[in-house]
Amino acid sequence: MDLTYAPEEEEFRARLREWLAKTLPDLPARPDPLDWPGRRAYDLGWQRRLYDAGYGAVHWDASPTRRLIFLEETERAGAPYVGANFVGLLHAGPTIAAEGTDEQRARWLPPVVRGDEVWCQGFSEPEAGSDLAALRTRAVRDGDDYVVTGQKVWTSHAEIADWCELLVRTDPEAHRHRGISWLAMPMDAPGITVRPLRTLVGPAEFAEVFLDEVRVPVANRVGAEHDGWRVTMVTLSFERGTAFVGEVVACRRTLGGLARAARANGRWDDPVLRRRLGRLNAEFTALWRLIQRNVGAARDAGGVPDAGGSVFKLRYSQVRQELYDAAAEVLGPCGALDADQQWTADRLSSLSYTIAAGTSQIQRDIIAERILGLPKGR
Amino acid sequence: MDLRPTADQQALQAGTRELLTRRFGRDRLREAVEAPALDRALWRELGAAGFFALRLPEADGGVGLGLPDAVLVFEEAGRALLPGPLVAGQLLAGVVPGVATGERVAGLCDAGRGGECLWEHPGDCDELILLEGGDPGDPCTPCTPRAPRAPRAPCDPGERGDLGGADGSEAAGSEADGLVESGPASGARGRAFWNAPDWPVLEPVRSIDPLTPLARVTSYPRSAPRSLDVPRLRREAALLTAALQLGSAARTVEMAVQHARSREQFGVRIGSFQAVKHLCAEMLIRVEIARSAVYAASLTERSLPVVGAKVLADEAAVRNARDCLQVHGGTGFTWEADVHLHLKRAWCRVEQWQSGGKAEEALAEALLADDVGV
Ligand SMILES: Cc1cc2nc3c(=O)[nH]c(=O)nc-3n(C[C@H](O)[C@H](O)[C@H](O)COP(=O)(O)OP(=O)(O)OC[C@H]3O[C@@H](n4cnc5c(N)ncnc54)[C@H](O)[C@@H]3O)c2cc1C
Repeated sequence: MDLTYAPEEEEFRARLREWLAKTLPDLPARPDPLDWPGRRAYDLGWQRRLYDAGYGAVHWDASPTRRLIFLEETERAGAPYVGANFVGLLHAGPTIAAEGTDEQRARWLPPVVRGDEVWCQGFSEPEAGSDLAALRTRAVRDGDDYVVTGQKVWTSHAEIADWCELLVRTDPEAHRHRGISWLAMPMDAPGITVRPLRTLVGPAEFAEVFLDEVRVPVANRVGAEHDGWRVTMVTLSFERGTAFVGEVVACRRTLGGLARAARANGRWDDPVLRRRLGRLNAEFTALWRLIQRNVGAARDAGGVPDAGGSVFKLRYSQVRQELYDAAAEVLGPCGALDADQQWTADRLSSLSYTIAAGTSQIQRDIIAERILGLPKGR
Repeated sequence: MDLRPTADQQALQAGTRELLTRRFGRDRLREAVEAPALDRALWRELGAAGFFALRLPEADGGVGLGLPDAVLVFEEAGRALLPGPLVAGQLLAGVVPGVATGERVAGLCDAGRGGECLWEHPGDCDELILLEGGDPGDPCTPCTPRAPRAPRAPCDPGERGDLGGADGSEAAGSEADGLVESGPASGARGRAFWNAPDWPVLEPVRSIDPLTPLARVTSYPRSAPRSLDVPRLRREAALLTAALQLGSAARTVEMAVQHARSREQFGVRIGSFQAVKHLCAEMLIRVEIARSAVYAASLTERSLPVVGAKVLADEAAVRNARDCLQVHGGTGFTWEADVHLHLKRAWCRVEQWQSGGKAEEALAEALLADDVGV
């Protein structure tokens, strides 16, 4: 057990900190949440700055420890959230880095790193949510292309994406886990219709994506044909294991802000509220330590997080909701019901955390069956 | 940076488990339930194995290991429900002669909590040390006018409870608190009194835990204060108690899973029912969260992470024992099953060294001071 970072890691941290202190004050104002082109430009612009400063590829080029330092320092400094780059940087990119060919890495990773291209995730379908392996979107081989027909749903950022990590069924005869393939689909291909869906927060964050005989080159398949389920597991383990890591630091910042706000508005006098905040302090600190433990395991597994990611994802999603419930109490009735309050909007979006990236029920199944070895069955 | 135990530490933990399985297996556990007097031969054997002298320098006959190693060993002790004043033995090994080898047994009491001073294994202790003040769960005591002579506030900037190393130097070792030399300054630094065990006035308590005989210390003469670092003793006592809780919590998950994999109802193993499966998954989450907090606190040796670790480990031990009982059904409610031993011991430990509300208040207070959110 060791919490000390190597000297070169500390140096990396110090340089990054210095760069953030210099860079963050000059950033442009954040765009309106309804302004999609503005959001895309803003998120890509931030990634471009990271790239120019040498931090663009930290999510898959650097050691897990450096990536952790990167996430910790950027969040601590209050740097912009990955936003539209979430899929590209945090799970499609790492999947391509781990599973793609050299040509595929050369084609898709640099534009993500430079802040040129946005990715989205086309996994879920109307009939395949928790039961992802029930997906029906068909891909039929025709020469050097797959011809893809079907429907995806809940596709975040589909409106502004250049690429989609797409799960398709390439062999309808095979056992359901064996006939799936993982494709990179260009979002400007003919036959794609994106219909935005409003979330309960207000803006349209995700969309339905209709695919009507969309041609996707066979060369865009990552992993072997019909072996997409295994590749999917790699993507999901990044999504659950590492994609939310930086947010824990952000939550801890928010918690400090809640305490100071409560002190300022007098709600701090309520011991029940104080204790709630105190317990959340312990929870977020422990989550950060859990991340640090998981990093060691990921390093040994060649960078891919294991089922420990489900442990983290499950607890984190619960505690994040508790955080914003506490925020509502700090804000008081007027603030808690005022949709223009940032913490109130964040409270609304926290509701998605126990659903997206696999619901809490599914995470519990994974933990019980894969870690504890309990028998399958519902 | 790697929070996982090293190969050496894993070997230490495995060796401890092996020793405890051999010397304190299920039969011995159940014998101890019926006759809770301390097994002095086992105690000496633990001493010989280095259980108490773990952190004493090798030059003094110790093993020369650190707090993280002690935490791993205590996790095993908690797992095995090993009875006895274990925390006192670990903390007083270099203080009270004979404790390191297991020849003599010392007790350590959290006094000064207004008549709520509990002493575990009172009949087995040859010595007793009582601590007053210097509570890490109350980091701002010295900031109040009641303790004007406090040499240095323990709620200094080092106590921010930083997340992941605000200054990258949090693993720099212990805080090197000044010792309490003597004199009446109670409060921040606390004081320690050394008593022969027959000195305090005791009130018997029929302990809820058959493995932990208890007495209430109603009054005790204040001997000349001993030269001990009280805040540090309290911090380490809380951390080692948390490690015991962690071990118990991990064991009750195993017990629940074992039962869920073998017991059949409705023609299938009950572990295939999601209602059971999900209970077990939540139990594991509590263990992993508590383990992360306990291991990290053993490295930072700061009081706030210890407080957080104790809160989470208490919750893991108590709630896991309850869920384990639920998974066992009627069997879980019997005296013969070991589930109640875990729950009762967990309840005892919750009351030791940090109480939930006070600990949470300390964690909340730290939020106001910290710079993570600025
Ligand atoms: C904000 C947000 C963004 C998202 N972004 C994307 C995206 O970009 N790309 C993408 O592909 N998907 C995305 N999703 C989809 C997400 O992965 C799915 O919503 C999720 O996997 C659940 O599927 P479902 O909505 O079909 O719910 P269902 O699977 O129908 O589940 C409904 C309820 O039944 C429960 N349930 C289902 N099966 C079981 C079972 N076996 N045991 C116990 N309970 C069960 C669930 O836990 C849930 O409570 C997003 C979702 C949200 C909320």
